[in-house]
Amino acid sequence: MNRTEAGPDRTVVLLLASFSILAVTGPWLPQWAMFIMTIAVARGLVVLGLLLLLRAGLVSFGQALFYCLGAYSAGALGRFFGISDIFVEMLVGGAVAAATAFVLGFLLARYRGIFFGLLSLALSMILYGLLVKSEALGSTDGFNILPSTLFGIRPGAEWVRYAVLLSAAAVALVAALLVHRYLGTPLGRLAPAIKDNEIRVEYMGASARRAVHVKYVIAGALAATAVGHIDPEMAYWTTSGEFIFIAILAGTGNVIAPFVGALIYGAIHTLAYDLSPNTWQMSLGAALLVLIVFLPEGIWSLFNRYVRHS
Amino acid sequence: MSVILDAQGLTKNFGAVTAANEVSAAIEKDSVVGLIGTNGAGKTTFINIVTGYLKPDRGSIAYEGRDITRLPPRDITRLGICRSFQIPQLYGSLSVFDNMMIGIGIVLRNAGLAGYLSRRAALVPGYGEPAEAVAERILARFGLLEYRERNAQVLPGGARKLLDIALAMVARPRILLLDEPTSGVSAQEKFGIMQMVLEAVRAEGATVLFVEHDMEVVSRFAQRVLAFYDGRIIADAPPRDALAHPEVKRYVVGTRA
Repeated sequence: MNRTEAGPDRTVVLLLASFSILAVTGPWLPQWAMFIMTIAVARGLVVLGLLLLLRAGLVSFGQALFYCLGAYSAGALGRFFGISDIFVEMLVGGAVAAATAFVLGFLLARYRGIFFGLLSLALSMILYGLLVKSEALGSTDGFNILPSTLFGIRPGAEWVRYAVLLSAAAVALVAALLVHRYLGTPLGRLAPAIKDNEIRVEYMGASARRAVHVKYVIAGALAATAVGHIDPEMAYWTTSGEFIFIAILAGTGNVIAPFVGALIYGAIHTLAYDLSPNTWQMSLGAALLVLIVFLPEGIWSLFNRYVRHS
Repeated sequence: MSVILDAQGLTKNFGAVTAANEVSAAIEKDSVVGLIGTNGAGKTTFINIVTGYLKPDRGSIAYEGRDITRLPPRDITRLGICRSFQIPQLYGSLSVFDNMMIGIGIVLRNAGLAGYLSRRAALVPGYGEPAEAVAERILARFGLLEYRERNAQVLPGGARKLLDIALAMVARPRILLLDEPTSGVSAQEKFGIMQMVLEAVRAEGATVLFVEHDMEVVSRFAQRVLAFYDGRIIADAPPRDALAHPEVKRYVVGTRA
């Protein structure tokens, strides 16, 4: 738990520094690296939401629901209204997802453990089923979103990737800072208490259900930021599984962890695919196995160990 | 003295078992009331109904004239009725200090002092001190400072009991219900624990109801005794009279002699 420490908050400093370094060095990065990093930032945002739920002891097997919902909202903006501004897309995606999570939250916040997990999975598979059947949204093929613009400006071809990466990183930075702040508030701090003992939470005058509901809405909004090609696979359970994989890989110790985890996941994924295109899942599985055995609290626990020693 | 808690005709059935049968009692403000009776007599059911964990089939509870019969536990807690448990309900993975901080955080939040944008060092209402100072003060009062950084799940039995009560005290309750505060604690520790709890409570000025099996503890600390048997209250009197009551002798004291 946060203890009042003198000096600036280390997490905030680290977040701002990482963003600045990315912004400055970004233009010199090769295109493939920018692509991997953009995907990592997007996945990191989803996992940031998972972190909130995991801290309260809840595993959502259905974050892909919101990931997909955000993407389709952004896509629909372009397809039906001709809007292609990255920030508008992200904002609308987040709002649609948050509203959906708010409604579904009344049901989900009542459940814990495996029931919460399976119910979230079921909801995301319902969306998958709907999308596959809907011709207007491209059925199983999905559709492409319009080329991105930024505040009305369409960046030149060589700058598109950088613009998208920087926009995604900016949103991630703001989201991480807000979640970090939230984790310091009494409602945010309630997460481990809910995981430990809900009866005591209730008998101290707080509503565990409401706290879970709020976390679910935040997690939904965070998951709804995606850019690129859109297809129903985004709502498929394997996508949700991927996010949980990253969350376990990363650990729930800090708001930076999901982004580090997503980047490492992206790297392992790319490398494994490059080395053996037919058995890359096996390599990923082996990596997860090694992690669970040696770093059960995720990669972030390495960082904590380092800080404790220094 | 004025009545702070008024239970009228509380009845609760679990299938064929009547756990509470027309239980009525008016509790006076600032009194210390002992609840006695054998296991299954209805003591904990009474506490569970008062704190909102169970809803009675019939009957009502008024707290300072306000009907609280159908309120959920958290609302009853917010009104100032807090409880401890027979089996301590702690946040096992957190340190003793963080257990307190969770509770104080809830108090701050319920008082509207700890929203998303509020300052970090709000003063805890009723204490006029920042959260950390309040946590330390309560821990010191319950002799728990030496366990400050220890995880709650590895505390010794007596300390677990005390932390459970300390958590119930965080919100400065007007009524404190203690479910067997000295069960699972060695005989020599019992009096110490009760002494410590009642001193802490007296300093805050609260009404106390405690469930107890040890009649020595009851005679020494309670001003009034409610004796339960088979879901009913069979005696309601000062300790000496209650313990001398024939039915109490036969059904409560006798069975344990």
